[in-house]
Amino acid sequence: MSQTATPALGPTFTAGLWKENPVLRLLLGMCPTLAVTAALKPAITMGGCVIFVLICSNIVVSLMRNLLKPHLRILMFTLTIATFVTIADLILKAFVPDMSAALGPYVPLIIVNCIIICRAEACASKNGLVVSVVDAIGMGLGFTLTLSVLASIREILSTGKLLEVSVMPSGFVPWAAMGMPVGAFITLGLILGLVNIITKKAS
Amino acid sequence: MDTLNTLLLGFISIVLINNLVLTKFLGICPFLGVSGRIDMAFGMGMAVTFVVTLSGILTWMIDHFLLKPYDLQVMQYVCFILVIAGAVQLVEMYVRKFFPPLYESFGIFLPLITTNCAILGLCLFINLWEINSLIEAAVLSIGAGVGFTMAICIMAGIRENLNLVDVPKCLRGAPITLITAGLLTMAFMGFSGMIK
Repeated sequence: MSQTATPALGPTFTAGLWKENPVLRLLLGMCPTLAVTAALKPAITMGGCVIFVLICSNIVVSLMRNLLKPHLRILMFTLTIATFVTIADLILKAFVPDMSAALGPYVPLIIVNCIIICRAEACASKNGLVVSVVDAIGMGLGFTLTLSVLASIREILSTGKLLEVSVMPSGFVPWAAMGMPVGAFITLGLILGLVNIITKKAS
Repeated sequence: MDTLNTLLLGFISIVLINNLVLTKFLGICPFLGVSGRIDMAFGMGMAVTFVVTLSGILTWMIDHFLLKPYDLQVMQYVCFILVIAGAVQLVEMYVRKFFPPLYESFGIFLPLITTNCAILGLCLFINLWEINSLIEAAVLSIGAGVGFTMAICIMAGIRENLNLVDVPKCLRGAPITLITAGLLTMAFMGFSGMIK
């Protein structure tokens, strides 16, 4: 079935970055988006984990797509994802223990991140290996970039620093609220509003 | 008396102070998706409360009686997600058999409870906070469900009124909902000093 209509690789890759950006356009994976973006470093770590899990699960799902029974497929997706999340979690614990502690339960929560199940269902279970991998990289990068933008805004406004380097003028008073849940919700709301304006201008 | 005190404090703290939706960002998807009408929101809250109670207790027991004695904690996440998927399946069958109209109105959102972060999140938090008694785990699970129901119902109430307001065009839909949720978390921050 994949041979009949293989999507072009270029558009598949760029779709995840803007046109079908998982966070900004599809509103998927909101929990980690809001939870780990108080600073840039955890946000990038989170993005890296999601890219890893997304690529691995898309590969496996794509390889076993012809064996799946319809009523069992969601369960199989979830189990595949849970396996790779366990691997990612153990790697984080072994090599960057401080990041692992900072992210806490949000790493295992990648299991229930809608982005990954959505890509398994919408792309990997219908397409061949190459398309699935390209799609995973595109979507993962789109997710990571969105997280980085949100985290940069919040980190700069809440501490005046970015990755431990001061970037704001010396008289800057940090906005403590930006580091709290309030800042996460309102910043993401405003970014979504901005994206709405940009897409309207473009069309 | 002492245990009762701990349980009560635990319950209040998970409902108000550590509310999963508003301070831990768990379960945001249904929070944004289903919170359009109060009755739907309440039904969803009840279903989630049931699943979270069941899976909270079951995962605690599996973790303490199976995984820890046999040093199998690597399997934790896989076991947790299987328990949750099973519990959701149970609720789905029950609702379909006894409340067909409710089943119709839930549609896709009922099976999606499996991927509700609030449920897996709570199981992980119970594990992380090193809760050592079954009763405490059960109280926390029920509290998490009540907190979720409360948050989603408040949100639905606000959104019903939001329909009558003239919101700037670019902010309609998800953006204004997120901003409203932000203001709501600010209100909930007021509870944070309640228990030391």
